[in-house]
Amino acid sequence: MKRAARLVIFYTCLFGLWALLAQLKIWPPYLFPTPWGVAQELYYGFSDHSYWIAIAVSMRRVLIGYAISVVAGMILGLGVASNKFLEETMGGLLVSLQSLPSICWWPLALLWFGLNQKAILFVVIMGSLLSVTLAMEDGRKQMPKIYGMAGRNLGARGFQLFWHVLLPASLPFIVSGLKQGWAFAWRSLITAEMLYVSLGLGQVLMMGRETSNMNAVIAVMILIIGLGYIVDGLIFKSMEKRLQHKWGLTAAT
Amino acid sequence: MSSNIQNAAAPIVIPGHRSPARVAGPRSKFGPASIGHTLGHVSPEIAKVGLSEICLSYRTHGGERLLALDHINLQVRPGEFLCVVGPSGCGKSTLLHLIAGLHPQTSGQILVDGRPVEGPGPDRILIFQELGLFPWLTVGENVEFGMKMKGVSKAEREEKTRYYLRLVHLWQFKKSYTHQLSGGMRQRVALARALATEPDVLLMDEPFAALDAQTRDLLHDELERIWAETGRTIIFVTHNVREAIRLGDRVVLLTFRPGRVKREFSIDLPRPRVLEDVHVAHAARAILDELREEINRSLEVEYSVGVKPHLAPGAEQ
Repeated sequence: MKRAARLVIFYTCLFGLWALLAQLKIWPPYLFPTPWGVAQELYYGFSDHSYWIAIAVSMRRVLIGYAISVVAGMILGLGVASNKFLEETMGGLLVSLQSLPSICWWPLALLWFGLNQKAILFVVIMGSLLSVTLAMEDGRKQMPKIYGMAGRNLGARGFQLFWHVLLPASLPFIVSGLKQGWAFAWRSLITAEMLYVSLGLGQVLMMGRETSNMNAVIAVMILIIGLGYIVDGLIFKSMEKRLQHKWGLTAAT
Repeated sequence: MSSNIQNAAAPIVIPGHRSPARVAGPRSKFGPASIGHTLGHVSPEIAKVGLSEICLSYRTHGGERLLALDHINLQVRPGEFLCVVGPSGCGKSTLLHLIAGLHPQTSGQILVDGRPVEGPGPDRILIFQELGLFPWLTVGENVEFGMKMKGVSKAEREEKTRYYLRLVHLWQFKKSYTHQLSGGMRQRVALARALATEPDVLLMDEPFAALDAQTRDLLHDELERIWAETGRTIIFVTHNVREAIRLGDRVVLLTFRPGRVKREFSIDLPRPRVLEDVHVAHAARAILDELREEINRSLEVEYSVGVKPHLAPGAEQ
C-alpha cells in the first residue's frame, strides 16, 4: 500500500512536470508534445488497430526469435560447459562475440536473407543467443555436481538426465541470463524493425519521425517500454519467485 | 607397519556374550538365521557384491599420481549389512562410488550377482553423504524419481511412493519441498527415494554423520527395521566405529591412503543393539585401537611438510 502510494506520487509528479513544461511552451509543440496529445495519439492508434497490429507483429517475431535462442543457447551452453575442448575454444569466442552489438549483424543478414522477416529474425537471434548460451554455461558450472550424480545414480540417462535433472537444477542459475537474453532480443528486434518497412513497433516509431508526429513517437516509445516491463515484471518475476519458493531461497518477508 | 597388512586378513569374530558360538545371520533377530557361511570368507559364487583386486589411482592438480585404493578384495553376502570404517581419506566413499558405477576403477573387477559393473544401475542405489535430494521436486516426486526413470506406470509409482514414504513415516509430508524438512527427515526421504527403486544393494555414504545423536539413534532403529523388512544388502560407510558395530553384521577396516583392507571384524552381537551397550563398547575398543593407528598415520601425513591434496576422484572432473 505504501509502495503503491509512493509510485502514484512519483508518476503524478513526473507527468505534472511534463505537463507544466509543455504548457510553458519553451519549445514548440511539434518538438515537445503534451501528455494529453500523446494520450490522444495512443487512443487513436489503438482504436484504428494500427498499434494492435504492430504489437502483434513485433511480439510474434520476438517470441519466435527468443524461443530459438533459448533452445539453441541451452544446447550450446551445455555443450560448452561439459566439454573441455569446446570450453577452451568456443568459450572465448562466445564472450568476444557478445561485445558485438546485434545490429552489426544487420548488413550480413540483408545480404544473406534479403530485406525480409528472416533478416530481422536473424538479428534477434544473434542478439539473444549469446547471453542465453553464456548463462547456460555458467549455470551448468555453478550447479552442484551432486544433482547430476544423484540423477545418474537413480537411472537417468542422456536426454532424461538433461530434462529431469540438469535443466531444473541449473534453472536458478540461468534465470537471470534468460531474462537478459529476453531484453537483448527485444532491443535487437526494435532496432532491426526501424530499418525497413516491417509493420512492427520499430517501424511505427520511425513513421512518427517521418511524418514529424512527435505525439506518435512518444506514444510508441511508451508502448515499447510498457511491453518490456510487462514481460519482465509479470513473466520473469513470477518465474523467479516460484523458483525461489521451491528451492527455499525466499527471504522471510 | 602397513606393509605387512594382508589384503584379506582373517576375520576377527567379536562374539556376543549371549550367543558366543553362533554366527549372526543378516536377520538373526527378525527371521530364521539360515545363513551359515563363514563370515569374511564368502565364496565369490554366492556373493551379492564381489570386489576383486580393486585399485584406483588418479592425478592430483599437482600432476602426480595418487593411489587411493589398493587391491581391495571384498565379498558381500546377499542380505548382509556390511559396514566400512576408516579414517577420512582412506577412500571409503570412493569405494561406494565405484560400486555404484559412477566412476570407473583403474583396475580390478566389481561383480554384482556375478555380472561386472559397467555404469550406474537400478540394482545398486547410493545414498550420498550430501543426500542429493532434488530441491525442485516435492518429497513425493523425489521418491518417485527413480521409478519414473525406469518407466514404471503412474499407478504403480503412486502405490510404491505411498508404501515407502509410510515406511519412513513421512507420508503426510509428500507435498513438502525438501528445504522445509529437518535434517533427519531429509535423511529419511533419501532413504525412501533409494528404496523405492527397489535396489538389491543399498550403498550408504556416512548418511547420519551430520545428525544429532537422538535423531541418529532413531534412524539406526528405523534403518535396521527396514533392512529386516526388505532384506536388502547394505554397504554402509562410516567413520564412527560404534555406529558400525550398532548396525553391521561385519565391519571392514580400511587403512589410510592408499585404502587397503586392514582387518575384518564379524559382529556377533544380538540385535537390536544399543549404542551405549557394554558389549558394543567392548567390541568398539578392539576396532578403535586399530583405527587409531590409521588416524595417527593420516595426521602424520597431513601435518608433515608436503601436504598432499586429498581429493575425491570425482572432484577433478
